[in-house]
Amino acid sequence: MPKIESSFLDISRLDALASQRTLIHGLDPRAKIVTTLIFIFIVVSFPKHEVTALVPFTLYPVVLIALANLPPGYLFQKVLLAAPFAFFVGIFNPLLDSEVLIHLGPVGISGGWVSFASIMLRFGLTVGAALVLVATTGMNGIGAGLEKLGAPNSFAVQLTFLYRYLFVLTDEAARMVRARSLRSFGIKGTEVKVFGYMIGHLLLRTMDRAQRIHQAMLCRGFTGELRLPVPLKFSWRDMGFLAGWSSLFILMRLVNIPQWMGLLVTEVLG
Amino acid sequence: MSHHIVEVKDLHYTYPDGTAALGGVGFRITHGESVALIGANGAGKSTLLLHLNGCLIPEAGTVRMGDFPLTKKTLPHVRQTVGMVFQDPDDQLFMPTVYDDVAFGPLNLGLPPDEIEDRVMEALATVGAAHLRNRPPYRLSGGEKRAVAIASVLSMGPSILIMDEPSSNLDPKARRQLIHLLKSFEHTMIIATHDLDMVLDVCGRTMILKGGHIAADGPTEEILQNEPLLHACSLEKPLRLQGCPVCNPVRA
Ligand SMILES: Nc1ncnc2c1ncn2[C@@H]1O[C@H](COP(=O)(O)OP(=O)(O)OP(=O)(O)O)[C@@H](O)[C@H]1O
Ligand SMILES: [Mg+2]
Repeated sequence: MPKIESSFLDISRLDALASQRTLIHGLDPRAKIVTTLIFIFIVVSFPKHEVTALVPFTLYPVVLIALANLPPGYLFQKVLLAAPFAFFVGIFNPLLDSEVLIHLGPVGISGGWVSFASIMLRFGLTVGAALVLVATTGMNGIGAGLEKLGAPNSFAVQLTFLYRYLFVLTDEAARMVRARSLRSFGIKGTEVKVFGYMIGHLLLRTMDRAQRIHQAMLCRGFTGELRLPVPLKFSWRDMGFLAGWSSLFILMRLVNIPQWMGLLVTEVLG
Repeated sequence: MSHHIVEVKDLHYTYPDGTAALGGVGFRITHGESVALIGANGAGKSTLLLHLNGCLIPEAGTVRMGDFPLTKKTLPHVRQTVGMVFQDPDDQLFMPTVYDDVAFGPLNLGLPPDEIEDRVMEALATVGAAHLRNRPPYRLSGGEKRAVAIASVLSMGPSILIMDEPSSNLDPKARRQLIHLLKSFEHTMIIATHDLDMVLDVCGRTMILKGGHIAADGPTEEILQNEPLLHACSLEKPLRLQGCPVCNPVRA
């Protein structure tokens, strides 16, 4: 039970991180959203067996984590939390694709393992970048930014609420799990029937709660429009951030930097 | 200042599952009055309050806030006039920080940024919560949450305040502070509560709701002294009006 409760507190930590004031936090959400999207798009666009060329892309999350004063360990943990999904997507590759692709001395690495590594790396990079975006912009900022970028209002609002709803859901779940454990006297595991009741009850409770929250929002004049305390303003700094990173991404896409450096080193030594 | 008047006529409401919650409620509250709404659990207090700012639409009867009847068209205006503090502050506080939460209403009113900042800080100062501005609301204590929930409504500059059990879950000191705060307001106030001692302090007028009807409506001192009436409505005299339990042991 403590596990669920603490993971709830952890989500709220993203919010706390997002309310910091650093250079990166001060950038316009739109600049960060578009940069992140370009980053994800380019990382995903690499051919299936690419590994080395992906490595330089870690620069982006690393630099942002440093500048925005984010805790790397915490973000890494969150990436790991989602890693099983990527793992199951990629784990069949070594079985399907056993042709040897790389020879490291006597050991041959099959194409399947290479593409598995590539999938995991891409996954880490894209999820990491998305988390950095949330931790530097906040979900409200992202919602408002998306709307300004021309995303349908309903989509932006839904996204913002989905995130809030996650809090409500984990909160209710934590309370319910605690209530059950207090009356189950140390019996481990949950009977399937009880589990079913609990899930059903949880849904009803969250729906009720979400409805009350929505009512409270309406009472304070919410009209379906996302508003931020400081209106968005796209400045030269935002432009520079977007243009600088995007050109770097494109360069890293076109030139395999580790390979190129390797060649350079061997040339100098030779 | 007729726009602070609250007038309810023959209000009926049945929940979608068939529970008849209100069966013909009517009253009129004038500017600056502070009215307590009391009654047993399930008497319909919360249901009634939800009608006063259009969260629920009456099945029959009318609600007038100030000069307008409450309709879809007047709803935005009414919601700006009426500040509603919910029974559970967790339902009301949903933004990442206290500041954002208190700013939510003014933002929706489309006010300029400086004005929003002023209003937020003023509202937080009024409830004595200015030091909490950067804290996430879900990590506050019950009393702090309540204070912030009240601030989040005050920042919209309402002229009518509606509160559902504002003193529940508060420790004696926080409750006393709340009472001081409520007494300092010049708003028209409607407070649904089980805290009859607070009613004695804050409200000049009391209405008793019983089974979806108004069972009594009058000056607080008269109503809270009327033991047969209170008893019939599953209520008790406020402790302060009861005799000392040590000198006069209560008959069982
Ligand atoms: N969402 C709902 N759906 C169906 N019935 C409801 C709903 N909310 C309340 N009721 C019913 O309406 C009646 C009045 O409820 P209400 O919440 O207004 O009472 P209350 O006076 O506020 O009680 P309390 O003092 O316990 O807060 C009760 O019988 C209750 O069971
Ligand atoms: Mg109630």
